[in-house]
Amino acid sequence: MPIEYSGIVGEHLAVRNRVGLFDVSHMGEIEIDGPGSLALVRQVACNDAGRLQPGQIQYSALLTEQGTFVDDILVHRLEENRFLLCVNAGNTGRDYHHICRQNRFGARVADVSDQYVQLAVQGPEAEPVLQPLVDLDLAEIGYYRFRPGHIQGVPGLIARTGYTGEDGFEIYFPPTAAEAVWQALSRSGQSREMLPAGLGARNTLRLEAKMALYGHEIDENTTPWEAGLGWMVRMDRPDFTGRAALAAQLEMGVEKKLVGFEMRGPGIGRDGYDVLRSGQKIGWVTSGSPAPFLKKNIGLAYVNEGEAFPGNRLDIQVRKRLVPAEVVKTPFYRRRRR
Amino acid sequence: MRLPEDCRYSKQHEWIRVDGDGGTVGITDHAQKELGDVVFVELPEIGQAFAADEVLANVESVKAVSEVYAPVAGEVVAVNSALGSSPELVNQDPYEEAWFVRVKLVDSSELDNLLTADQYRKYVEEESTG
Repeated sequence: MPIEYSGIVGEHLAVRNRVGLFDVSHMGEIEIDGPGSLALVRQVACNDAGRLQPGQIQYSALLTEQGTFVDDILVHRLEENRFLLCVNAGNTGRDYHHICRQNRFGARVADVSDQYVQLAVQGPEAEPVLQPLVDLDLAEIGYYRFRPGHIQGVPGLIARTGYTGEDGFEIYFPPTAAEAVWQALSRSGQSREMLPAGLGARNTLRLEAKMALYGHEIDENTTPWEAGLGWMVRMDRPDFTGRAALAAQLEMGVEKKLVGFEMRGPGIGRDGYDVLRSGQKIGWVTSGSPAPFLKKNIGLAYVNEGEAFPGNRLDIQVRKRLVPAEVVKTPFYRRRRR
Repeated sequence: MRLPEDCRYSKQHEWIRVDGDGGTVGITDHAQKELGDVVFVELPEIGQAFAADEVLANVESVKAVSEVYAPVAGEVVAVNSALGSSPELVNQDPYEEAWFVRVKLVDSSELDNLLTADQYRKYVEEESTG
């Protein structure tokens, strides 16, 4: 996947206003099946896969015993006893071993990444672009739902998910059909001025929508409480990996918290830059960029817990200058629902 | 790749157009294409002096931030404030409208260390195939 095809700004705006096509085949897929599969998924993933019906999808995370992120994942319940986990490319091997080590339930775990190509059709016009290629009615697939179906005659999965903050689909199918499906989608999207979009636009789109990126907002040093992802942790369950540490942190309180900020002076707070207040370092930027749709310079940062409130005025060290910024409510961008 | 014959070029992708004991500095067409959509340009102050290869300015695109180096030693006598409100000029017209600074040269013999348009074209071609 290239950084850009025709330019990040144009690709970003195509997705917000019309539709864009991403090749996200680098994502990893792990399949878990057998009678112990639900027990294993509930052990390793902090959300509750038991609440999923076949055909439903859940955002979740694999955690360490310390309650920090091994990875953030999408759990698809394929059948009663069969799950497909979509994981971050760079983490696939580590995730696989992390899951296998905890498999005392007799489930079968397989890294099936090389059996799938993944394309993402994203934007308000994604549905009419994808519809002619598939043998089911896309209008019947709700948000965070999927259906098995045929894409250009090839069996695959069609999921209404994405990483852009827009409506759209992520489709999974065998690599042999990759070229044909990409071409067919390109033709189908032509009348709607669909653009192929790269990693650059994927990053700015997810940032506007405040979706976490592994290695930036979340990693083995951050917990869901700190990252503002506590909503996906089901503490009402008696046990899952990381639960004890998360319970303790809930009791103690967090020291740092993820916030969104907007630059209030000329400059862009980039990843890794220091965040200061009255000359004291109080945090660091995890992701920062010009936001092509919002036309502001935005970012996410970890700051001391006491500084994490909207309206708080901070400074960001941009090279030799301190540039003012303000903590704002997130997400920066929220689409209008249909 | 546009490369005016009346400029000299650095291997860090700056151009300088010399006029008497002064010169106008900017970044090349090749550099702006590599950067993508430019959204912010941070310029030096008038009166600041730079040695050759010192960081003169910073250019931010959506993708990344890049440093712009002084192609030769000099003192800044003017900065292009139009880039503050219209950074996209860097993408649209890198050799004219989007000049960065005018400098007073310290030692015009330093210009001999820079590339001609032909040499720079070859350099970029080698760099991209290399």
